[in-house]
Amino acid sequence: MNLLVDALAWIFDPSHQTGANGIPTRLAQHLAISLLVLVVASAIAIPVGYLIGHTGKGRTFAVSLTGGFRSLPTLGLLIILALALGIGLEAPLIALIVLAVPPILAGAYSGFEAVDRRTVDAARAVGMTEWQIVSKVEVPLGLPLLIGGLRSGTLQIIATATLADYVGAGGLGHFIFVGQKTNDYPQMLAGSLLVIALALLSEGIFALLQKLVVPRGVVANQNTDVRTSSPRRVAVVGSPTEERK
Amino acid sequence: MFTANIKKGRIAAGVIAVGAVVALAGCATSDPLDAGSSDSASTDSIVIGSQDYYSSEIIAEIYAQALEANDYTVDRQFRIGQREVYLPEIEAGKIDLFPEYTGSLLQALEPDTTATTSDDVYTALESALPDGLRVLDKSEASDQNSYTVTEAYASENNLTDIASLKNVTTPIVVGGNAELETRPYGPATLKEKYGIDTTFQSIEDSGGPLTVKALVDNTIQLGNIYTADPNIKSNNLVALADPDGLFVADNVVPVASTKVDDKAADIINKVSAALTEDDLVELNSQSVNDQKSAEVIAKAWLDDKKLF
Repeated sequence: MNLLVDALAWIFDPSHQTGANGIPTRLAQHLAISLLVLVVASAIAIPVGYLIGHTGKGRTFAVSLTGGFRSLPTLGLLIILALALGIGLEAPLIALIVLAVPPILAGAYSGFEAVDRRTVDAARAVGMTEWQIVSKVEVPLGLPLLIGGLRSGTLQIIATATLADYVGAGGLGHFIFVGQKTNDYPQMLAGSLLVIALALLSEGIFALLQKLVVPRGVVANQNTDVRTSSPRRVAVVGSPTEERK
Repeated sequence: MFTANIKKGRIAAGVIAVGAVVALAGCATSDPLDAGSSDSASTDSIVIGSQDYYSSEIIAEIYAQALEANDYTVDRQFRIGQREVYLPEIEAGKIDLFPEYTGSLLQALEPDTTATTSDDVYTALESALPDGLRVLDKSEASDQNSYTVTEAYASENNLTDIASLKNVTTPIVVGGNAELETRPYGPATLKEKYGIDTTFQSIEDSGGPLTVKALVDNTIQLGNIYTADPNIKSNNLVALADPDGLFVADNVVPVASTKVDDKAADIINKVSAALTEDDLVELNSQSVNDQKSAEVIAKAWLDDKKLF
């Protein structure tokens, strides 16, 4: 308990508020890294996920590939990349993107798969083009699951971005590394608390977003798949990390 | 009746679970080092320990083989851990001989010591050790912190020692673990003591491959690397001379208990006298680059030196 008090005192110590190793600077670096990774990972994962979800093709491939990527130890990957690219921002960015793509990809394709087949068929029947089906039916109806994917991806990015400072790229990992090496456990815990606070904040934002983007008329768990031969899955609104095999 | 059975079954399971927890807790509190050293304490063998560091293990193995060559029996307790773990064991007399590093050991025993140069540290260490322990002769070989640059950078800027960095006109980036920034030999002292302006770049691998790579790439100009690191040689790096003792000297030194008699002490002193800085780098290189075992490396070195 004392350690926790010490850590909080460390966070609010005025001498830790300024300079290159001040909390605001490190927090800003951490946020910038996390946001950048989130944007790039989304730019890769969402289009690919939508393609898989819309066509229903390549699902097995995507599942096994992203599953494989998920199991890569990020620190190991980071060091291998840094040995090739040198220290700086590139290596942690790539390592974190590899970490963040799988959950977002899963969110994107499972979001499309969750759309009731009757709805898609109806859209096609009223003469919508494929593009209209994607943009007006599948994307809005799949949004809750996509947001879920982004949510879990962001959580992993924020937690793992602490590794960025291992190769000198900055971020809140600094406090944890310095604290560990110098037996300054209040500082180490302070760094962890800041990461936790950031993670909770992002959780809160995404939880709110997830609520807001559910279109009127979509009620979780009420969709039923009428086509027994459908290759697509039953709709489940929730987190894609809990996706069913 | 049926429910009663179930209840009995649950109670039995509970008893087993509690028993298991107690048994496991018993395992956790027993000290694995205790068993090893109490066994050996009954015999006349000399217990030799080493840090959990490959270089320390090689030196300890050399001590062991040198003593064995002179008909001593030794008990190897290598790779014990870091100083926090093994120092109490040495102080308790459970380990008789241990390869140490003068400066780091002195700072562990006397945190507010001001000695930094090789001889000062050794003298201070002799008096800092608790009763029943002594240091034998220190070796010329040291494994200590350094500021390291590439050979190209050194010749370009006519660098010889740390003070000569003052003549460098281009910006200098210092790379090392984040804690280097606040250490007494860190960038602030470079500025204060020598008037050298630097910027700091953290790399958290303790002077490992990432730091070497950053130096070779010229991302950083000054790296904090241990002098006996074989990477220095294999990557054409040079450790800048440190005549003022900015870094505390860390010569290899054997710490011995009273169980190490004068004859054994002479043997170990002979080893320390023969161990040069180049030897230490070479020994480390055989471990890191050639992946040889400490036993093989130690035997080859002793055969080569023909001490016994």
